[in-house]
Amino acid sequence: MSKEAIKEKSMILQKEMVEGLFNELDRVQETGKKVCYTFVPGNLSELIRCFDMLPVYPEINALQNAMRKKSAGYIKEAERHAHSEDVCTYVKCDIGMMIKGNVGPTGSKIPDPDVLLLSYTGCFTFMKWFETLKRSYPNAEVIMLHTPYQENGEMTPEMTAYMVQQLEQEVIPKMEKVSGVKFDPEKLKKILGLAREAQDWIARIFETTKHRPSPIDAYFAGVYYIGPINIGFRGTPEAVAYYKELYNEIMERVLQGLGPITPEGEMPEEKYRLVVEGPPNWTNFREFWKIFYDMGAVIVASSYTKVGGVYDLGWRHDPDRPLESLAEYCMNCYTNLNIPQRISLLSKLIKEYHADGYVTNSIKSCNSFSAGQLAMMREIEDKLEVPVGFIESDLVDPRYFSYSNIKNRLESYFQMLAQRKFIHETQNA
Amino acid sequence: MSNLDSIIQSCKEAAFDLDFKRAKAWKEGAPGRTLVGYLPIYMPREIVHAAGGLPVGIFGGGDRKPIVKGDAYYQSYICHIPRSVMEMVLDHQMDHFDGFVFPSICDVIRNLSGMFKQHGFGRFVKYLDLPQNFVPEIGGRFYVHEMEHILRYLREVNGKEVTTEDLNHSIRLYNRNRELIEQIYDLREEFPWRLSLEEWYYVLRAGTVIPVEEHNEMLHVVLEAIRQPIGTPQDRVKVVLSGAFCEQPAIGLIRAIEDAGCYVVEDDLMLGSRMILGPIDDQSDDPLEAIALAYLTRSRYSSSIYDVHQPKEDRLEALVRQRNASGVIFASASFCDPSLLDAPIFQNAFNVRGLRYIAFQYSENINQFKVIKEQVGAFADSIKLWEDEPAEVSIA
Ligand code: SF4
Repeated sequence: MSKEAIKEKSMILQKEMVEGLFNELDRVQETGKKVCYTFVPGNLSELIRCFDMLPVYPEINALQNAMRKKSAGYIKEAERHAHSEDVCTYVKCDIGMMIKGNVGPTGSKIPDPDVLLLSYTGCFTFMKWFETLKRSYPNAEVIMLHTPYQENGEMTPEMTAYMVQQLEQEVIPKMEKVSGVKFDPEKLKKILGLAREAQDWIARIFETTKHRPSPIDAYFAGVYYIGPINIGFRGTPEAVAYYKELYNEIMERVLQGLGPITPEGEMPEEKYRLVVEGPPNWTNFREFWKIFYDMGAVIVASSYTKVGGVYDLGWRHDPDRPLESLAEYCMNCYTNLNIPQRISLLSKLIKEYHADGYVTNSIKSCNSFSAGQLAMMREIEDKLEVPVGFIESDLVDPRYFSYSNIKNRLESYFQMLAQRKFIHETQNA
Repeated sequence: MSNLDSIIQSCKEAAFDLDFKRAKAWKEGAPGRTLVGYLPIYMPREIVHAAGGLPVGIFGGGDRKPIVKGDAYYQSYICHIPRSVMEMVLDHQMDHFDGFVFPSICDVIRNLSGMFKQHGFGRFVKYLDLPQNFVPEIGGRFYVHEMEHILRYLREVNGKEVTTEDLNHSIRLYNRNRELIEQIYDLREEFPWRLSLEEWYYVLRAGTVIPVEEHNEMLHVVLEAIRQPIGTPQDRVKVVLSGAFCEQPAIGLIRAIEDAGCYVVEDDLMLGSRMILGPIDDQSDDPLEAIALAYLTRSRYSSSIYDVHQPKEDRLEALVRQRNASGVIFASASFCDPSLLDAPIFQNAFNVRGLRYIAFQYSENINQFKVIKEQVGAFADSIKLWEDEPAEVSIA
């Protein structure tokens, strides 16, 4: 395996977009642009863009801090301020960073929020998080968009109407007030059209893993691919260009029969195809990934890459139903799906992507994902007779990443997969 | 045995019967009766009552339910209540329930509703998405739809068409229930030795598993009994117990807090039964709207309600002052996100405001409280010693 990571054009495009956003955040004093703190699941990127605001995603800052080995200190700082050891470590990392001066992962200070926009999709902790932030930023406008849970596995007209009313009567008027920009429905429509295009591309990208070998890893590399669409660029021509480029690069790999690129270069052989449920660990991301690619395991689909939107089942933003489709988008993010829906989506992925196994990475401090994962795993194992693996780690607290435990468990799991494959091949010989 | 003692005894039996035998007997008493299990914190029990049902509170197995199967459903870092609820349902202790309502409170309860659905427990499973928008025409309307959805499920079970008068009648009964409960809290504030927290907890919790008519009668008797000068005052400090609104502490812990030198004059143990402050309009042409309006405008604060317009630390402080309490005991179930994430908000505010508090965690199945009792004892002593001094902050 070559040791050199190759910089593709799409990577450069992504880097430019992200740097551009951080540069803009650095310059808000001069430009007067308003800053909107919000979360990835159910993010209203299109609307934020419509009001020329700049988004800040606290959980993205937390995970980037973790990748830069800064999260442990911030978490300790929050715990010194009465935050429990047992709650979401994204929250603690963010609060710790704020207490220490709110210097972001890139080294520059993140501006204070003008608005705390909570679209409250699939995670109660978001609500507690913003309650905490509101105490620190008393002047920030608070906007709450209550996203109903798909408790019955559906989005009913009442649920959509409730959200549209909130958008019309609460969210949009408050955003107008903070930004000083009048709501322009035509502008929103245009942005939604571009969002839809980006969604088409990303859906195609994640479908390329149906090829053998899979040209990409849909989890470890997937988290980079979902960056632009989740952190504010959905609805921009740049995002469309990025995803188009990425798709072409990936299709080139398909034509050449190449497997995924890893931090150590190309993966030479695809031995196992897996579907993974749960977010990754960020503090030891590279080590974590390496355990998989060293064993020839490629992730062909993952639930985590759907936290900012599920596009597999055909749903897209619709410029002709602008507010309705913003509402549906929020309701349709992965953690807003009920447990039977999650099981059915994961089962579909396992079948359609011809996975050899299903692995759950259970995150200690994330109940939104973790509560129910064991039952889901059992159900999937029983129904599909697919070998299941289970590991535990955390999002951004390095104290809960035990390399040896995870490696041991995964090695046993891969041994099981190897035996199964062997039996299968012998039977079919 | 006095009337009061026999009520307490009977409530204790009803409240902790994990087979819900009283509810089952009630259901068998007449055709068309339904049982609807509900989880913490709050659900509008009035609508189940109006539809000929008995709402039955499910507060987990406490320290009376060994967990054999439930642990296979939950990782070690998730609170205890969902695993004991799973254990109970898998052990067929809720087979006589027609349906289940899971009010929106946290991700664990939310996902548990999906597990019930997946397993097909009961004839219906409804996650009740309580509105976070408090505008009556927006959040109120949505909440009415949610209640109508539950009524539809109930109608599918027993075919009963619920009338406006049915609903208003049920609202009246629950208004009376809440009124009697508050009167007892008020009396306990003044004379907490007349009815210990442990005894009061039995009575209060029993109200979640027996018919409201019966509970109202019991509350009335309890109220009359504690109007008499019974018991002997002790040298204890009045405190508020906060944070234990879902998974319940074992009864030994509740007892230990008072034994350690406190009178708990306010608490959120059975928050759902007291959620609405004051009566709900019982003459309305649209009773569902009346219930919704009361929830939107006259709810107690709760960890599951987005509070930025009515900060919870202000509301808890007001409660402490209203009850003439000297401090707060923050008790959170281990791994309980809503309670633990609220803790720093309360505690950082109380540090600034000079309000005394102590904080600890518990699990429903743990009944060893030596350390907690010592901490609470030290807390009570410090309050007695330094009553006139600025607060000493104590974080456990
Ligand atoms: S104890 Fe807390 S975390 Fe557990 S189910 Fe109840 S509210 Fe949710």
